[in-house]
Amino acid sequence: MSVTTLPPTETFRIGMLWTDTRYRSSTIQVIALFIVMLLGAFLINNIIVNLAAQGQDFSFGFLTEPAYYDINQRLIEYDSRSPHWKAALVGILNTLLVAVLGCILATVIGVVAGVLRLSKNWLVSRLLAVYVEGCRNVPVLMQILLLYGIFIEILPRPKAATPMLDGAFVATNRGFYIPSVISHDGAGVVLAVLVASVAGIIYFRRWARARQERTGQIAPVMLVSLGLLIIPTTIAFFAMGSPFSLEYPELKGFNYKGGIHMRNSLVALWLALSIYTGAFIAEIVRAGIQAISKGQTEAAYALGLRPNRTMRLIILPQALRIIIPPMISNYLNLTKNSSLAIFVGYMDVTGTLGGITLNQTGRALESILLLMAFYLTASLLISAAMNKYNESVKLKER
Amino acid sequence: MKRNFLPVALGAAMALTAGAASASTLEDVKARGKLNCGVSTGLTGFSFTDDNGEWQGFDASVCRAVAAAVLGDPNAVEFVSTTGKTRFTALASGEIDMLARNTTWTFSRDADLNFTFVGVNYYDGQGFMVPKALGVESALQLDGATVCIQTGTTTELNLADYFRKNNMSYEPVPIETNAEARQNYLAGACDVYTTDASGLAASRASFENPADHIVLPEIISKEPLGPLVRQGDEEWSDIVRWVLNSLIIAEEKGITAANADDQKAKSTEPGADTEIARLLGAEGEYGAMVGLDNDFALRAIKSVGNYGELFEEYLGESTPIGLSRGLNAQWTDGGLLYAPPFR
Amino acid sequence: MSDKSSIAYVATEEKPQRPAPASTTGVLGWTKENLFATPLNTALTILSFLFLAWMLPGIVQWAVLDAVWTADSYRSCLEISNNGACWAVVGARFDQFIYGFYPHDLRWRADLAFVLLCVALVPLLWDKTPHRGKMMLLSLLYPFVAYMLIWGDGFIFSEVESKKLGGFLLTMIIGVSGIAFSLPLGILLALGRNSDMPFIKSLCVGFIEFIRGVPLITLLFVASTLLSYFLPRGTNFDIILRVVIMVTLFASAYMAEVIRGGLAALPRGQYEAADALGLDYWQSMRLIILPQALKISIPGIVNTFIGLFKDTTLVSVIGLLDPLGLTQSVLADSKWNGTVVELYVFIAAIFFVFCFAMSRYSMYLERKLSAGDRH
Repeated sequence: MSVTTLPPTETFRIGMLWTDTRYRSSTIQVIALFIVMLLGAFLINNIIVNLAAQGQDFSFGFLTEPAYYDINQRLIEYDSRSPHWKAALVGILNTLLVAVLGCILATVIGVVAGVLRLSKNWLVSRLLAVYVEGCRNVPVLMQILLLYGIFIEILPRPKAATPMLDGAFVATNRGFYIPSVISHDGAGVVLAVLVASVAGIIYFRRWARARQERTGQIAPVMLVSLGLLIIPTTIAFFAMGSPFSLEYPELKGFNYKGGIHMRNSLVALWLALSIYTGAFIAEIVRAGIQAISKGQTEAAYALGLRPNRTMRLIILPQALRIIIPPMISNYLNLTKNSSLAIFVGYMDVTGTLGGITLNQTGRALESILLLMAFYLTASLLISAAMNKYNESVKLKER
Repeated sequence: MKRNFLPVALGAAMALTAGAASASTLEDVKARGKLNCGVSTGLTGFSFTDDNGEWQGFDASVCRAVAAAVLGDPNAVEFVSTTGKTRFTALASGEIDMLARNTTWTFSRDADLNFTFVGVNYYDGQGFMVPKALGVESALQLDGATVCIQTGTTTELNLADYFRKNNMSYEPVPIETNAEARQNYLAGACDVYTTDASGLAASRASFENPADHIVLPEIISKEPLGPLVRQGDEEWSDIVRWVLNSLIIAEEKGITAANADDQKAKSTEPGADTEIARLLGAEGEYGAMVGLDNDFALRAIKSVGNYGELFEEYLGESTPIGLSRGLNAQWTDGGLLYAPPFR
Repeated sequence: MSDKSSIAYVATEEKPQRPAPASTTGVLGWTKENLFATPLNTALTILSFLFLAWMLPGIVQWAVLDAVWTADSYRSCLEISNNGACWAVVGARFDQFIYGFYPHDLRWRADLAFVLLCVALVPLLWDKTPHRGKMMLLSLLYPFVAYMLIWGDGFIFSEVESKKLGGFLLTMIIGVSGIAFSLPLGILLALGRNSDMPFIKSLCVGFIEFIRGVPLITLLFVASTLLSYFLPRGTNFDIILRVVIMVTLFASAYMAEVIRGGLAALPRGQYEAADALGLDYWQSMRLIILPQALKISIPGIVNTFIGLFKDTTLVSVIGLLDPLGLTQSVLADSKWNGTVVELYVFIAAIFFVFCFAMSRYSMYLERKLSAGDRH
């Protein structure tokens, strides 16, 4: 006995586009598409009309014209006759510089603070609680400005500054000076030896690991690595007649010359971003470690692992999985917050392309679009790279 | 619900488009009953808010004069404070009808940005200020110095050119506002502060010990500052241009806010200056030529005073800024102020 | 076969307990337990003490002992005390920091708006409010009332222009309206991102990723300089409104991601159960899914609120006179030029109070809601 029920054959009515769930989602999407297109056309039309009415065109030709302004911190060759695109590039490199420096320092601060906040030491955990709560709840812009203001008001002028550490380090209200490394003949050889020893260390570690898996013997990896790192390079250094020397900053004329000049704007921005983001990372690290149950530690001890191995082999790999995704978004936030540089006159890409170039050429539309495109690309690249890393530490489920 | 809302909003927005387009700036201003005038967010002497929050100053007065000429009321001005970044888009987009924000008249701004500079209300030039203790007497001794500059102005371009030309190096410290620049300069974070000479004088006047700072003799650029309007509406640019010229002619002819009415009455007497008669609307139909009545210049002069009065009130030697007329004297006194004849 | 007599001594009553060794109780014990438990711990304690001894005296000296509380200019501050804070500037400009340039005689309206805000928040924040449902409906009216009070309507209250708004009044306006509008928008975006309609989904993903990919400062540039290109010629609207819209859009993208996390954390069975009951999409969302998802996301939501509130300081970059923008005008006054650190510390302190209160409230809520889970 088989009963076949044919689907009720009904004629299609217009109203069904909305009432029938089979069609409704398509209807909604078509309407949304229509609205978006209409909105897009509306905006583009407005831009065209507005540009035409102002007698302007939409072109990126200004990028190849000379910028005519100077930038104090430049990582590549640039002067006031360089084109605007080069000024933008200088700004991009400055943004990347402060972002990379900031991410590194923020991670260090955050991990140390996060671990110490779990300390049983009452004083230490309280101090760090004050740091975390204090820095998380104050706008990062205030912290940047406060640090910058303190540098300017409290540090001495170059002429009144006293060099520290035998003249190697000078703190003035125009920035901090540290020695720079100058290479002479034969420096290449030393560098080559260094690279070779690093390669050697990597090879040795692989070999040691393979042997451990094969025979169970543990090689003194740490000791050998250190030896490989230090001894050949040192020998090469002296054999080539010390081809590196330090250049110390010296007061000449108005300012210190020589060495590396870390401007107040860079240092204030870097420290403030690191301290602020570090407070968030501390909370992430703390939560990550707390999320690993105590049983894991106890089990590791029961297996006879020593505390540092327990941390390295058992706790950290598990905690990292929890820690990394929110860390990524904090690195992204730090990068985006570096755009606050313009408040302290640090010439990042917002300061050059979105600041002076925009002002001097009047090309607001083009400049801001380029600026947004840069940040968008940087964000997407960072999150793509970090997600890849996240994949690699993810729990491999079989 | 969401579905129905968007088209309605869109429709409304489109209807707005249709209504907003209009023929001329003058008609817009008259219909609105207010003049939208862009000024600086704050520059001593040129535009600043007084204790009552009212905009005052040399630039702000130009706005008031235009409002008086067009609308008959010097207070019918909506002041829009603009930054170096926003000023040009605000004008280009029609958010403001004119910009009186010590803006330097340059070729590219005139030609590429499509604005019309209607004249010059202040001839300025870029200078340097240093602490006396530095022992510097000429800008040519500034090789290697740290220089505070306000960004978003022509000053940073002039500075780059000047140091490049003289083969000197320098360390620019770009700063957004005048107040911050002052703070940096006073704390010694830079050796030199550079901006327009009038701005240097204004800043110096506000220091604790003005005598400890000197303005170096070199003036490294020409900075003709003047009001500007959008290109393409000749009637409107004529109005703003001739209101400004009227104030200058008024000083030349000795017409002040106080005696303007008398001068007008006397101007038709035999033997009187016929240019005064034309300027103040006692003779001819000059107002009609720019779409206004004949008293437009009279109202402007009566409401803010002539050029000389304005200068004395906001910038002159009796003010803390204490600027002398210098280049800004009438041509008859050896200055550059030379308004075309009102004829 | 032993009897009692062979036992020399039997205690017939309990001996009084002896106190724990002095080294484990009281101040000494606590100190040992918490500060000097291990050598590492001892080292940390000593380091912390050194740090405090290095920092605290200077800070206390500057901020309290040597500080000047009343003076009429920075110069007279310096005359009274050369190396202390000049808090007098805060007193002198306090009104400006709270109200901006809001007309003097109308300030009661701003005050009233703030008091009403507190009243309107009570039913939202405190679940034991009598007639909570009705009170919440009244709270929904608050934005209109506040708008009328602050800007005026031209009939009952005289109008106040936007440019007169400044200080923490402006911060509150931007912050509160951003918070109020970004939550619903964020919910819609999160639902859109989870939707099975590909076009809607990609629209929401695109929007969220775009907004999260660019700094707020560039969006503020768009609001202040580019909007005039995107709008029909001649239309122009209030800069504060533009900023509120941008800040709302910005926060809503982050909000959407937080709520999406909450939606993802719900077990699949909840969705299926809602379908099995025959609820349609909006009913199941409203009655089953969102209440649970939002509860899970509360910490994230409040963090987004705090972030938004902190981000309001950025509006000074486009010339609005928020507290930070006002410091520029205070410093421009030659009387107070030089009081940078004092002003920044003052503003930072006020932000800290608001943000810290918000984060504590979220912790309280989290505890209360998770207590409800355990049963």
